[in-house]
Amino acid sequence: MSAFTADRAGVSAATVHAAIPMPDVLPPVKPRRGFIGFLRRNPTIAIGGGLLLIMVFVAIFAPFLWTKDPTALAPAMRTREPAARWWFGTDMLGRDVYSRVLYGARVSLLVGVAVAALASAVGLAIGLVSGFFRQVDAVVMRIMDGMMSIPPILLAIALMALTRGSVQNVIIAISIAEVPRVSRLVRGVVLSLREQPYVEAAVASGTRTGRILIRHILPNTLAPLTVQATYICAAAMITESILSFIGAGTPPTVPSWGNIMAEGRALWQVKPYIVFFPALFLSVTVLAINLVGDGLRDILDPRMAKSL
Amino acid sequence: MWAYVIRRVLATIPVMAVVALFVFSLLYLAPGDPAAIIAGDQATPQDVERIRASLGLDRPYLVRFGAWVWDIAHGDLGTSIFTNLPVSRMIEQRIEPTLSLMVVTLILAISIAVPMGVVAAWKQGTIIDRAVMGFAVLGFSVPVFVVGYLLAYIFALELDWLPVQGYTPFERGIGPWFQNLILPAIALGGVYIALIARITRATMLEVLSQDYIRTARAKGAGQVSILFLHALKNAAVPIVTVIGIGIALLIGGAVVTESVFAIPGLGRLTVDAILRRDYPVIQGVVLLFSFVYVLVNLVIDLAYTLFDPRIRY
Amino acid sequence: MSGEPLLSVEQLQTHFRTPDGVNRAVDGVSFHVYAGETLAIVGESGCGKSVTAMSILRLIPEPPGKIAGKINFLGRDLLTLSDREMRKIRGNEISMIFQEPMTSLNPVLTVGRQIGETLRLHQGLSSAAAEQKAIEMLTLVGIPSPETRVKDYPHQLSGGMRQRVMIAIALACNPKLLIADEPTTALDVTIQAQILDLMRDLKHRVGAAIVLITHDLGVVAEVAERVVVMYAGRKVEEARVADLFANPRHPYTQGLLGAVPKLGSSLTGETTRLSEIPGLVPSLKNKIQGCVFAGRCFMATEVCHTIAPALELKAEGHAAACHYAPVEAVAA
Repeated sequence: MSAFTADRAGVSAATVHAAIPMPDVLPPVKPRRGFIGFLRRNPTIAIGGGLLLIMVFVAIFAPFLWTKDPTALAPAMRTREPAARWWFGTDMLGRDVYSRVLYGARVSLLVGVAVAALASAVGLAIGLVSGFFRQVDAVVMRIMDGMMSIPPILLAIALMALTRGSVQNVIIAISIAEVPRVSRLVRGVVLSLREQPYVEAAVASGTRTGRILIRHILPNTLAPLTVQATYICAAAMITESILSFIGAGTPPTVPSWGNIMAEGRALWQVKPYIVFFPALFLSVTVLAINLVGDGLRDILDPRMAKSL
Repeated sequence: MWAYVIRRVLATIPVMAVVALFVFSLLYLAPGDPAAIIAGDQATPQDVERIRASLGLDRPYLVRFGAWVWDIAHGDLGTSIFTNLPVSRMIEQRIEPTLSLMVVTLILAISIAVPMGVVAAWKQGTIIDRAVMGFAVLGFSVPVFVVGYLLAYIFALELDWLPVQGYTPFERGIGPWFQNLILPAIALGGVYIALIARITRATMLEVLSQDYIRTARAKGAGQVSILFLHALKNAAVPIVTVIGIGIALLIGGAVVTESVFAIPGLGRLTVDAILRRDYPVIQGVVLLFSFVYVLVNLVIDLAYTLFDPRIRY
Repeated sequence: MSGEPLLSVEQLQTHFRTPDGVNRAVDGVSFHVYAGETLAIVGESGCGKSVTAMSILRLIPEPPGKIAGKINFLGRDLLTLSDREMRKIRGNEISMIFQEPMTSLNPVLTVGRQIGETLRLHQGLSSAAAEQKAIEMLTLVGIPSPETRVKDYPHQLSGGMRQRVMIAIALACNPKLLIADEPTTALDVTIQAQILDLMRDLKHRVGAAIVLITHDLGVVAEVAERVVVMYAGRKVEEARVADLFANPRHPYTQGLLGAVPKLGSSLTGETTRLSEIPGLVPSLKNKIQGCVFAGRCFMATEVCHTIAPALELKAEGHAAACHYAPVEAVAA
């Protein structure tokens, strides 16, 4: 403790005693910045994004990754265990499981991304219109409630039972099952935005409805919609595999992960690897997309992050 | 209160009507000739005509819809194209295994997921919390049938603790019945557990930050009492809501789980019907499941007042 | 005051880990409370007074928080007790009332259950006996028809009634110390007076000491005997209520008193304009160099910006942490 005197005009001289400085109780915190800091603060996005990039790479460059023709039959070499020649073994028709799994990434990712895009676009349109026009809302939302009461997988099954199995039909069927949830989400955002003073001001000042929707409402729905689209992408890939697995999905000639597993089904007790490898790839991909979704949700929509 | 109950019950009628209309209209919405698709590629024109007649596709849409609704109201869900048996009979024969699977899964999932979510919220940010959240993401990411095969491989084939496949009716003893259902229930429950654990954790985090939890601590209440008496009851409404909504996942998953574990229930019936393109059966099952789903959520809605005294109708 | 204090807080530090640095919410606060007295802790919002109160009962979640220092209560250092021993003190020997009566009661439990819980926890009463006692407590805090009210849920009561229930919960086990954190802030002015009267009345009846946390100097003048003034996580002044109001030593306290509308101030020839304290409270996430108040102080010099003033007695029973606070002869 040091003591000395200081003078000051108008104030009597004071004796200065320094307080004993207080020690720190907690170790210092260093805020992290930059790209590396972003990844460290958002480990889910870092891990999920990394895995997803690998899968996309695999899907795009499947022909160059030491694969064979995924549909080439080799009856003489059926159900071989994984070995140097067949990294993931062969299935009951002698096809190379490794090649099929790698090409399968294309089908699964295509289905996931296409469903996410289609369901988001249609759901966004329905949600915007029904959130903004009261007359439409009552009718549309009754229909959406009805559709939401049909468990999505059953709805997709019912749709697929009436069409010929094709990748395109699978995408449409799963999208139809997902649309009600997206439109509900968008409608919810629109309804809360409509009450915002700046939207009311725009309405009051005679801005055209289309312009209000595009300028003021649409941008605010994008953050929650992006998050939702990520989850839909993940769910669609699982639904595709389930549909294919029970025989209501992509035609058996297409090497989707669901189909490879469906074909390996009969042999799963003796040749589990035929199911195991596509299952692993599917699970890792869906996990990656879900992690990215969680990360995006935390960043884009703190309110939603709190709710789930 | 009763006025609300009646209003709420009446409100499900339009929902059910939309479900019925939708399921019914699928036949007409499908691209191409549904009779030809259902008949399959090897069918003769006579087969197609027969199916068209049996589906009533030769009659006008509204007439047919009216007749269909009338039949359903009288418990007639149509006739299977493949077996020529009434769909309602076929459903009746298959309902027990599915109901058993769903009930066991529901009880198992809730009794695992809720404590998991509660503990994760209590230990927020710790390794326990991360483990629970990691498990939840994993639960959303691994398809039901993969979990099923994995469990069957480990616990039935390798360890030989439980039967690999099959179903034992309840009347042959609760022990064997339950043994056959453990693995399917865990497999089916995976996603559901993930869903409930996540919403429980999220809601509990919200509730645990409330002032009245601080009051409870200031009173000297113990951790268990704070979590399960003070907090969980306040978190009940969102959790119960998600439990109800999540039943859709159970229904969808049951179809697959029954195939994996060779359980002769409605799921198997559906899968068989898909392979045979037996549309009336698919229609009947979808309709039944959807109605059950709507009813369960109606009951949950009405039960809110049991959990929260502030909710009055 | 003489004798052993009931509660003595020494060099209390409560810090929080946040993503962008350590928040030193309370940094080296000491004070004593003697049996039966009322001590007020005043300061602006964010000065650490509520955190101080919560730290005494160890209601700060650790992590992200961390409490250091000593909190002696009847010869025991509360910071060294196990969770189990601490729980026996909470609600029993030390109890607490919070600012928000609207949200401080559990909405899904009846008030009877919530009052009874304390009694069942600490006195091992059966639920029937606890309910009987709960009715007595409701009568004591002046709630009409307690027999029916005991079965009510909080949302069926008004704000003032809920605060009475909070007081009933706090006093159910005859605590030796009551910590009241802004107990009247959220209430209407007329209800405020009633609640303050009730607290004063019950204090005499139960004989508890009170630590009153408030930003309202009017409340301090009315019920407290001694005052601690806090600023930016430190204690800047401590005095008997009369001394503080008559002769504030710290420029911050002077500013605080100047910000209170005073009747009859025009008689002394002063302007009637309320004074305000310019500037902002410094961020608690950075180490503060010098006096915490220097940045806003009208008389700060270079010394103030470089050397933190020690808290020293400036008159009998009157301490302040200011280099320029006038000193009277103090008996060594």
